[in-house]
Amino acid sequence: MKPMRALLPVFAMLLAACGGVQSSLAPAADQSKAIDHVWQVMVWACSTIYLFTLGALAWAIWRRRAIATREGVSRDPMLSRALFAWVVLVVGLLTWFVAISFLADRRLHGGTPDLEVRITAKQWWWQVEYLSPEPARQFITANELRLPRDRTARIELRSGDVIHSFWVPSLSGKEDLIPGYTNAVFITPRRDGSFRGQCAEFCGLQHAHMALDVQVTDEATFRSWVSQQLRPASSPVTASALRGAELFNTTACASCHTVRGTPAGGRVGPDLTHLASRRTLAAGALPMRRDDLSKWLDDPQHPKPGNLMPAVPLSPDDSNAIVDYLMGLK
Amino acid sequence: MAALAMSACERERRAFHSAPEGTHPRPALTDFQPGSAMTQGVSDTGLAYERNAYHINQGSRWYRAFNCNGCHGNGGGSIGPALMDDQWRYGGNIDQIHASIVDGRPNGMPAWRGKITDMQAWQLSAYVRALSGNVSKAAAPSRRDAITSTPPLTQLPRQSTDAGDASAQQPPPQ
Amino acid sequence: MSARVDLLERSWADRPGFIGWVTTVDHKRVARRYIATALVFFVLAGVLALVMRTQLGMSENRLIGPDQYNQMFSMHGSAMMFLFAVPIMEAVAVYVVPLMVGTRNISFPRLNAFSYWIYLFGGVMIFIAFVLDIGPEAGWTGYVPLSSSDFSPGKRTDFWAQMITFTEVAALCVAVEIVATVMTMRAPGMTLSRIPLFVWSMLVTSFMVIFAMPAVMLASSFLITDRLVGTQFYNAAEGGDPLLWQHLFWFFGHPEVYIIFMPALGMISSIVETFSRRPIFAYTPMVMALVATGFLAFGLWVHHMFATGLPPMGNSFYTAASMMIAVPSGLQIFCWIATIATGRPRFAVPMLFVMGFFALFVLGGLTGVMLASVPLDLQVHDTYFVVAHFHYVLIGGAVFPLMGALYFWFPKMTGRMLGETLGRWQFWLFFIGFNVTFFPMHLLGLMGMPRRVYTYQAGLGWDLPNLVATLGSYLMAISVLVLVFNLWRSVRRGEPAPDDPWGAPDLLWATTSPPPSYNFERMPVVTGRHPLWVNADGDPRIDLPVLDGVRDDRREVLLSTPVDAIPVCRWALPDPSIWPLWSALALTVLFVWSIFDQWGVVWGAIPAAITFTIWFWPKRSDVSLRSDE
Repeated sequence: MKPMRALLPVFAMLLAACGGVQSSLAPAADQSKAIDHVWQVMVWACSTIYLFTLGALAWAIWRRRAIATREGVSRDPMLSRALFAWVVLVVGLLTWFVAISFLADRRLHGGTPDLEVRITAKQWWWQVEYLSPEPARQFITANELRLPRDRTARIELRSGDVIHSFWVPSLSGKEDLIPGYTNAVFITPRRDGSFRGQCAEFCGLQHAHMALDVQVTDEATFRSWVSQQLRPASSPVTASALRGAELFNTTACASCHTVRGTPAGGRVGPDLTHLASRRTLAAGALPMRRDDLSKWLDDPQHPKPGNLMPAVPLSPDDSNAIVDYLMGLK
Repeated sequence: MAALAMSACERERRAFHSAPEGTHPRPALTDFQPGSAMTQGVSDTGLAYERNAYHINQGSRWYRAFNCNGCHGNGGGSIGPALMDDQWRYGGNIDQIHASIVDGRPNGMPAWRGKITDMQAWQLSAYVRALSGNVSKAAAPSRRDAITSTPPLTQLPRQSTDAGDASAQQPPPQ
Repeated sequence: MSARVDLLERSWADRPGFIGWVTTVDHKRVARRYIATALVFFVLAGVLALVMRTQLGMSENRLIGPDQYNQMFSMHGSAMMFLFAVPIMEAVAVYVVPLMVGTRNISFPRLNAFSYWIYLFGGVMIFIAFVLDIGPEAGWTGYVPLSSSDFSPGKRTDFWAQMITFTEVAALCVAVEIVATVMTMRAPGMTLSRIPLFVWSMLVTSFMVIFAMPAVMLASSFLITDRLVGTQFYNAAEGGDPLLWQHLFWFFGHPEVYIIFMPALGMISSIVETFSRRPIFAYTPMVMALVATGFLAFGLWVHHMFATGLPPMGNSFYTAASMMIAVPSGLQIFCWIATIATGRPRFAVPMLFVMGFFALFVLGGLTGVMLASVPLDLQVHDTYFVVAHFHYVLIGGAVFPLMGALYFWFPKMTGRMLGETLGRWQFWLFFIGFNVTFFPMHLLGLMGMPRRVYTYQAGLGWDLPNLVATLGSYLMAISVLVLVFNLWRSVRRGEPAPDDPWGAPDLLWATTSPPPSYNFERMPVVTGRHPLWVNADGDPRIDLPVLDGVRDDRREVLLSTPVDAIPVCRWALPDPSIWPLWSALALTVLFVWSIFDQWGVVWGAIPAAITFTIWFWPKRSDVSLRSDE
């Protein structure tokens, strides 16, 4: 049937919506599931009300009617009773919505955390610090968040410049990062997988390219990742990488970036100690591949114009050497 | 009217790429020089940077990021000279400031060439010009979103760049 | 009789030509240019939206870069909200309200003219700034610290903040005039319970303007001083607070959307009443619903801030308040449907737009109820779901009624009917185009697409909905072209309109189309809610009772008591004057100068003081004829 075929792309769109890595319709954590329950109730109830209203309008337009008078019909008792019933129905429905919202909201804010992470949002990347009671077990990474399944993580949210918003739709609602304030969000993931978060408060030129790579794994995998992140940077092995390391530490790179275990201690840009173990580059703007890293280094302003990493003039050999070094930072 | 409009356009432009390396001038740093006089005017590059609000603001960002505060304070000076006054040992126009930043200077000013890009050096120079009130009020940022440590840059009096360092002008003690 | 008409015409006439055009204080002439100017801003802001949609039609598109895109969406939002939506609603009110209450002019005619000039100059200023790359870049909401001098260098945000000052002043002027007109200048016998619903909606709207505008004036003034002279209002490090901006802005911002929406509610009531050919069902509850909406609108603003980390109990309170405001709206929907159901509806173009309103506003209102829920809002806040919601309520809930009202009142304003066939085409193009553009955005928001992004990555499932939305936007653009063409053609060659082409009940239709400069030949008196429908067996045009005594040899109106409209005294209204224009120019100089230098406030105040003093200097009017005293 023609109309059905025309609707196929609509169904395709709807199906795609349910499965995206950044979709709130495919909840993977307690918090996003609580929100999804509210959404299910409201979308069905509101759709019903909507169709009912349109139906009433259609009935009003097409019904057979006696000649209406001009005056005094305002006092029609049946209509007045219907109006009263309608108001009661609306108030009842809204009260129900308020109640389920309140209960779901309470579930978003509780829990004893098993893991504490501090995220400081900057223009236009995420500084992610894994906290620990032992200072030696704290480390800093950037633009990625790994969480163990079935454990509650408390993500503390701060801002280094303007207002940003931390949002991983599959896992929880969003919370703003506001300078001068410390907010927090709780996440208890229930399903392994890769998810994508994105800054959700307009924060300037590259708000569109400020994504967060989130991976949920079982506890063992998470612990081994933590151990790896705690280690200082891998030493370069090949001659090219050695030369790259030397260039990194003596030119502009070290002015902004930190690579733990080397002299590079800049605090302006993201920590690069384990850069090559990440899945994306430049807060999700590019995948972590050699070609993309090379292009990024040559001109960061091309994929992400306005971002704070300048185009450092390098000869192709120097650029290759630095890329070799960086790709070894696993 | 048109000139006003064009200057306004230039003030507000956000440029993310800089001129190619090697196009910056070699300004004169002192009146005392042999042979023919070196260039005294300010280069076009320099003028473009100090008239642009975006570049001045970026300069304020690098000032904090690269710890210029460590020696120069917030402009009032500490172990390094003040940048908000009218005493310029190596000259106070933007080309001269740029040269000081990239070349370094005796007694503690590091040479930043290679450690920061040329565009960042120009942006820092533009900001130093703003600290001494030498940029247009429309282009200067008033305050940072941080602890206040200077008067608003839009309210600074313009510091002259004619004089050299006061200590260099005093006669030696008898 | 013709001697009286002659006298009236001479007392109320404007000077001829260009001088007459700049000195007029006739509410109808001022309102018409207000509406035309607002429509120009609507088209300009719409073009910006088309460019934005073209950029977003494909993932990782490089049609326009981030700096330009940010300026575009900031201009689109600011122009639509500040330069189109509020001004056009107020302008329609400026035209219609004095006629509906049966008086000869609006309460403060020179202030009315002044408000137009200030609005025009502010709008022109910001568009010139935009063309010169000095347009706003922090959204129409201008959140700090992004909009502070540290993160928005240059003068862009300063121009934006000052544009707000211009448009607030204009809006406040009109609001004050409308309240004064409705409260003191009603025709004798038009008690509070006989006021047309559109006039009620404008009265409540005007009170909302008076209470809401000062909040944004304060917010923008703090921002201006932060950026110009280094005050610390929004600097967290020095004891200020970025959230202060949000509270102040949204305390204005939420009532602002009701300020835009409430006149539309009044328009719907007017159209439904006329085209159902029966009085609105449940008049008093309808008035109560308007008043309740007006009050409740001030208690909701925190729902824009649910993600900022405020205490959860406080957030839940605002959930309840935000849901509560759906009750008066629901009541109004019922009453309109009941009116149509028990009347004899006919579907001329204005009624088509009312049908469009029902379909779209109810959907938008329901997504609004969803957004009121804190947990749900925490997912869809700042995503395309919100973009869809507010376009459904603003376009569906305000622009559709506005277009219907344009078709409805155009004959009265211009003396010609708008083309009916073209109107139907325009309606369907707009309705279909609107849904194709904005319905997919609900999906995009749920799929994770945030707002205010100049591009997006491929592979997230966002490509197809964005493409569909872009195509829909082109359809909407075609519809607007059709509207513009219809307006242009009908003004020149439309079918001439009689006094009352639609058979409507209110005093607006008790005079010629277009009305003469003095509105009514004799001052009308009303004895019911529907003065032109007095006769129960359906004869709409009987002679209205009138009263004598108001002078026709000078500009004079009748004032009456606020509640019962008992005539109190006659009041002289001012003659045409150039001083509103000079004052507006002087104030413009002050405002623009103070963008660059705080001393502009001081030195710019001198010419402003001079022009305002001359304007307000008391004098006997010597232009209109005087009879022997």
